[in-house]
Amino acid sequence: MNNDINNKNKIELICPAGNLPALKVAVDNGADAVYIGFKDDTNARHFAGLNFNEARSIQGIEYAHQRGCKVFLALNTYPQAAGWKRWKQAVDLAQKLNVDALIAADMGVLDYAATQYPDLRLHLSVQGSATNTESIRFYYENFNIQRVVLPRVLSLKQVAQVAESSPVPLEVFGFGSLCVMVEGRCLLSSYVTGQSPNTFGACSPASAVQWQDTDNGLDTRLNHILIDKYKADEPAAYPTLCKGRFEVSGNTYYAIEEPTSLNTIALLPELQSMGIAAIKIEGRQRSPAYVKQVTQVWRAALDACYKNAEEYVPNEQWLQTLHSVSEGRSTTLGAYHRPWQ
Amino acid sequence: MFDFYEKVAESKIDIVYLGETVCSKRKLLRRDDWLNIAHQLQGAGKEVVLSSMTLIEANSEMAALKSLCSNLEFMIEANDISAVQLLKGKPFISGPAVNIYNPHSLNVLARHGLKRWVLPVELSKTALANMQNNKPRNIETEVMVYGRLPLAYSARCFTARSHNLPKDDCQYRCLDDPDGLLLRTQEHENFLVLNGIQTQSAKTSNLITELDNLITMQVDVLRISPPSRHCIKIIDIFYNALNNNYCVEDANKQLQELMPEGGSCNGYWHGVSGMDNDSSPQEIKVC
Repeated sequence: MNNDINNKNKIELICPAGNLPALKVAVDNGADAVYIGFKDDTNARHFAGLNFNEARSIQGIEYAHQRGCKVFLALNTYPQAAGWKRWKQAVDLAQKLNVDALIAADMGVLDYAATQYPDLRLHLSVQGSATNTESIRFYYENFNIQRVVLPRVLSLKQVAQVAESSPVPLEVFGFGSLCVMVEGRCLLSSYVTGQSPNTFGACSPASAVQWQDTDNGLDTRLNHILIDKYKADEPAAYPTLCKGRFEVSGNTYYAIEEPTSLNTIALLPELQSMGIAAIKIEGRQRSPAYVKQVTQVWRAALDACYKNAEEYVPNEQWLQTLHSVSEGRSTTLGAYHRPWQ
Repeated sequence: MFDFYEKVAESKIDIVYLGETVCSKRKLLRRDDWLNIAHQLQGAGKEVVLSSMTLIEANSEMAALKSLCSNLEFMIEANDISAVQLLKGKPFISGPAVNIYNPHSLNVLARHGLKRWVLPVELSKTALANMQNNKPRNIETEVMVYGRLPLAYSARCFTARSHNLPKDDCQYRCLDDPDGLLLRTQEHENFLVLNGIQTQSAKTSNLITELDNLITMQVDVLRISPPSRHCIKIIDIFYNALNNNYCVEDANKQLQELMPEGGSCNGYWHGVSGMDNDSSPQEIKVC
């Protein structure tokens, strides 16, 4: 791939749509594609009140397609034998609905889709844990995947190395909630609650959360495990279990990660010059207002970078907007920035 | 390290998995040392498997993986799908971090030379039973029955972070704590263990009371992930329980005494939270 900073690779903006209003604002505000999921455990945002049934999917896809925006369907959890039929039916429905790509992780699901519907475009989900070119090659050669979404664990240099040698274009996360662990290989949630992203499509599920008032403030728990303690004047975060304060060797601190969001807006020129195909915005569980604000900022940023990468500087207002919708009101470059590791 | 493997060679264990699977920086032994140990164990009648790294990111890690996968002498445990790709159809074993959640995935890997698979640790006995009923012929099944559970992998080294060190200058501080660093809640409850870039359960998964079920389900291999101490004793306890020299209840009591701090769990096996421990009496074989 071309490493020239003026390389005119146009990066696609992929926005989250947890429901029809979110889909519409993403389309209206400049998403090149939106990604959605069905209303069950076949996708990694299996939350109450979220996602699309068949009728809503038809409406959403029609709305997007009429406006030149693509729709990807996330089918990125791991079925077990007992639930296989649900995932198979979801692949069949995706084909029937004419989605522009299916985002899948499980080898069985990918195999079924590739064999049954050779014309259905497949993307390897971030839940597929492909962090290197040989893994990507496996999915490309076996299931003819056309794109891979990289886990949020590679440094910028490592992303560049994969981009150079990958048989298919790469999609990377640009903004949103940050998974600290390699996606698809984190069982922390099921260890505590019995439900994980792989098996159930949720991390630290709301049904296991307890907010407990105390004499000094608030405790947050996940299935009775204390995740964090807050003083009365301290803002409390959702108890995602890797983002609590724990004690290690006598010190109490964010032993795994702080409540923070990933934000790579400053890296756009480099990502563009590497030939990255698409930037993914996390947040199907967030509100249409979030989707609108974040889509607007990233549309403007991608356009500015495409116009003139050499003079591209993230606009202060963009940063403020992203900051205001970030987890813990803070952002990080995450693993892209080596010292974070 | 060499003394340890001499004892392993003399132990009752049938199969030994060798090599570093977590951090490419930990080079306690050189490749030739590992191969010498492998030959020594093979000479003692053990089946030897060379394990590959789980998270492959850097070019240097890929180069090491390529070198490992070019070894024709020993079977490889693929802990990342990249190893399967590099093995190009040669027989291999899939490790617990390779996501095989249904028979369809097992079929895909069988086409690539899979000989044995390890049940992902978050799957239950019900999931296993379904797999056993629908798996391709001649594929062996292995279940981890003892050890702290490997729960997550990250680019970040949590051990280095706990010492306020960057990963690139970690000073190999993880070697100070062979069983990892305990992470406790603010209520002092043992919760997780930090092992460099890997996060483990603080509780030790222990399925010794399920031996009868595992045998009935025709599981071929039981895996012990040993703590830094008592490895040979733990092997002996499982061996004696399998050969009916001890009743399972006695074996379980002995294991509890040897466990590292944190207690035991078996929740995943029962289809609930992995950290849960179901010790209901009906599950324990009456002596």
